[in-house]
Amino acid sequence: MTTSQPHIELRDVGKRFGGVQAVSGVSLRIERGTIHALVGENGAGKSTLGKMIAGVHRPDAGEMRVDGRLVRYSSPREALADGVTIIAQELALVPQRSVIENVFLGNAGVAKSAGSLRDQRRRYGELQDLAGYAVPPDVRISSLRVADQQKVEILKALAREARLIVMDEPTAALTAEETARLFEVVRGLRDRGTSIVFVSHFLDEVLSLVDTVSIMRDGKLVRTRPAVEETSESLVTGMLGRSLDTSFPPKVPPAPSAPVVLSVRDLSASGLVEDVSFDVRAGEIVGLAGLVGSGRSEIARALFGADTKSSGDVSIGGDRIDVRSPRDGVRAGIALLPEDRKDQGLLMQRSILHNITLPHLGRVSRAGVVSRGRERRAALDLISRIGIRASGPMAAVSTLSGGNQQKVLFAKWLFGGPRLLIADEPTRGVDVGAKRAIYELIHSLAAEGVSVLVISSELEEVLGLAHRVLVLRSGRLVAEYDHEEMSEERVMHSIFATDQSSTSGTSS
Amino acid sequence: MTRTDDHPAVEVEPVGMIERIRLSGTSRLRISAVREYGIVFAFAAMFVTLSVTSPVFLTSANLLNVLNQSSDVGIIAVAGTLVVIAGGFDLSVGATYAVGGVVAAQLTPHIGVFGSLLAGVLVGLGFGLANGAIVTVGRINPFIGTLASQIMIRGFALVLTGGALISVTNTSFATLGQGTVFTVRYAVIVWLVFGCILAYILGRTTFGRYVYAVGGNAEAARLSGVRVGLVRGATFALSGLAAGLAGIVAASRVSTGQADTGVGLELSAIAAIVIGGTSILGGEGAVWRTVLGVLLITMIGNGFNLLDVNPTYQQIFQGTIILVAVGIDAFARRSRR
Ligand SMILES: Nc1ncnc2c1ncn2[C@@H]1O[C@H](COP(=O)(O)OP(=O)(O)OP(=O)(O)O)[C@@H](O)[C@H]1O
Ligand SMILES: [Mg+2]
Repeated sequence: MTTSQPHIELRDVGKRFGGVQAVSGVSLRIERGTIHALVGENGAGKSTLGKMIAGVHRPDAGEMRVDGRLVRYSSPREALADGVTIIAQELALVPQRSVIENVFLGNAGVAKSAGSLRDQRRRYGELQDLAGYAVPPDVRISSLRVADQQKVEILKALAREARLIVMDEPTAALTAEETARLFEVVRGLRDRGTSIVFVSHFLDEVLSLVDTVSIMRDGKLVRTRPAVEETSESLVTGMLGRSLDTSFPPKVPPAPSAPVVLSVRDLSASGLVEDVSFDVRAGEIVGLAGLVGSGRSEIARALFGADTKSSGDVSIGGDRIDVRSPRDGVRAGIALLPEDRKDQGLLMQRSILHNITLPHLGRVSRAGVVSRGRERRAALDLISRIGIRASGPMAAVSTLSGGNQQKVLFAKWLFGGPRLLIADEPTRGVDVGAKRAIYELIHSLAAEGVSVLVISSELEEVLGLAHRVLVLRSGRLVAEYDHEEMSEERVMHSIFATDQSSTSGTSS
Repeated sequence: MTRTDDHPAVEVEPVGMIERIRLSGTSRLRISAVREYGIVFAFAAMFVTLSVTSPVFLTSANLLNVLNQSSDVGIIAVAGTLVVIAGGFDLSVGATYAVGGVVAAQLTPHIGVFGSLLAGVLVGLGFGLANGAIVTVGRINPFIGTLASQIMIRGFALVLTGGALISVTNTSFATLGQGTVFTVRYAVIVWLVFGCILAYILGRTTFGRYVYAVGGNAEAARLSGVRVGLVRGATFALSGLAAGLAGIVAASRVSTGQADTGVGLELSAIAAIVIGGTSILGGEGAVWRTVLGVLLITMIGNGFNLLDVNPTYQQIFQGTIILVAVGIDAFARRSRR
């Protein structure tokens, strides 16, 4: 390991997409065997920079050196030949294939060993040892949760003998525990000499993990400093150019007389959720806490009609509803912000405008004909209210930064004016400022009488937002805490099957 | 609702957005132009080339001839555009075209010209609905499903005719295909009106939006409350209807119903759709693109005739054009990175 020569050096690198200068004049050194964070607001150019390093995008200005050698990658394959790869923000595995197939997909190093499956298995075992975790090799990618897909991506990078891995928001979809484990892996990689470029919006997390932090704003580099010299406040100030209150907005609990909007009785679904009953009142924000696989998302999907629910009674505003399809859900005034925006949420090739109005096109059309003026006005209103940054309402969603895509998803489901908003990971991938804006949005919706169900892998988010928390374990409701009772400790207790938790306030 | 002006983070951003809108107006157009408007350039280039090289090309008689020759494929391709955008594929249209004409020709002596022409279209609609059901309810891959139904429908046409040509003696049967208004054939008017209707449906109605949504991301569309199967099925129904319509126009033009006509028509239609720039992956495209695609292909044929080039080269040239069209699309996608 030479200390003098950086692993990667960028000089005045720039990239423009049509009218948007995504990155400009960035000069940066990434030292070998370090973890280097990129932080910045949504659309600041982090992913674009990462993609240029990994050969996905070709810079249109400046130069880049790897190991002191001038490079001009025109494809990810060329970058990979130098041991540089990226785990993209939007994961790129082949959903219909198995884990092991994905790990070795297009991998020249393995092709040499003449397709011997046994060799592959052995190598897969080695990779697992290297990474320090196991993923069953023969399951299909589509049946894995995002956290596990993330792990597969890392195995894939390891299989390609990457020496520099760009990780674009790898923890956006992970629980605290999974994040901690991922960090172990990342530190282990660093200690063995791999360099990591780490993009994240979780600033505390960043500071605990990385060696160096670079802040980006509007495509430019603000500064690069050792992580020990930064605090999360200093990062926020650097990112936004001003300071920001990152605490949760104050909670305003609904009036005790507020009517029940959602009433769920004995809901069983997907072979996982069993006999769940609860109520949500108008203006109330209820958090669903639990491990991944505890049935949180399944309840959300069953209420909305995304999966056919097996049994139980659901009523909205006192009327029993029989939701058999998302269409019924939409008609009943339910909005579901799905956890996976790319596969379940957005039409990536279509414009922001068309995405926003899709579920409730009827509102801006007459006799089946879309009134374009009305549609545009309604969408522009939401775009500015939610603060979506894009070249205009007709920009294709695929050209937006990850956080802005998430905001489009939000706009889409606010457009209909829902009675019940179910938000599954509402702030996945959004920056600190936008996060706060989304929290305020959720609060203001509640203040208008909308009932909200919040699901999040960040317990902090659930506790910070919700007036009441329901804890799920293995598909059953095991505890309920109201505003006064809820604490991280108690909820954690209930989440992780410790015995006393089931007696600490079981649901009504 | 939220008063955004309370919140600095939100307040700043819309301003940035407006700035960016202005910025993007000019330079952005230029870059995406090749991909977006490749068909327009190709069409214009071909048009100009033929105008310069052939004295006959630019005469109104020849141009009307080009339009008339385009009408059968054109009617089918504009409807096929919706099928492709919705993520489907319809290989059965050539056979449906034949059946439509045969039914119209056979029924004319019994129920009159108007009724029999209508019957031809309705038969097409019926087969289209069946295709829709095969693909959505039966969950059969549209390529395979319509390949099979094509064979069945063609067989049906043969059964109806017993292999013979069905000539129609009633002279008013020929009006649709041969009649003109101000030297423009009715067939051309039918094509252009049908194209406009479909362009309107696709571009302006909620159904059109759903067509894009279903082809772009079926799961996201479903979770937005769109009835994915119904929308897909409807595009197949429209395609069948269009094939029936083209079939009666063709039968009327020659006053004959033929079971073996329209072989390969589905491929010409798909070629026109692709050349126009509609993505075969679904979710993207437009009717006007297909109209230009159809006209481009017909112009190539027309040009070869006018310039007296050996017609065998024509196919090679057309194939090349298709490759170039798809190639430009792929290249533009890559260079957009
Ligand atoms: N393929 C593309 N075409 C057009 N514009 C793009 C494209 N990719 C990114 N952009 C634009 O470049 C800018 C920077 O985007 P980038 O994805 O790098 O942001 P980011 O910092 O990763 O944001 P986030 O935190 O939301 O992921 C944004 O304004 C985005 O809209
Ligand atoms: Mg990003």
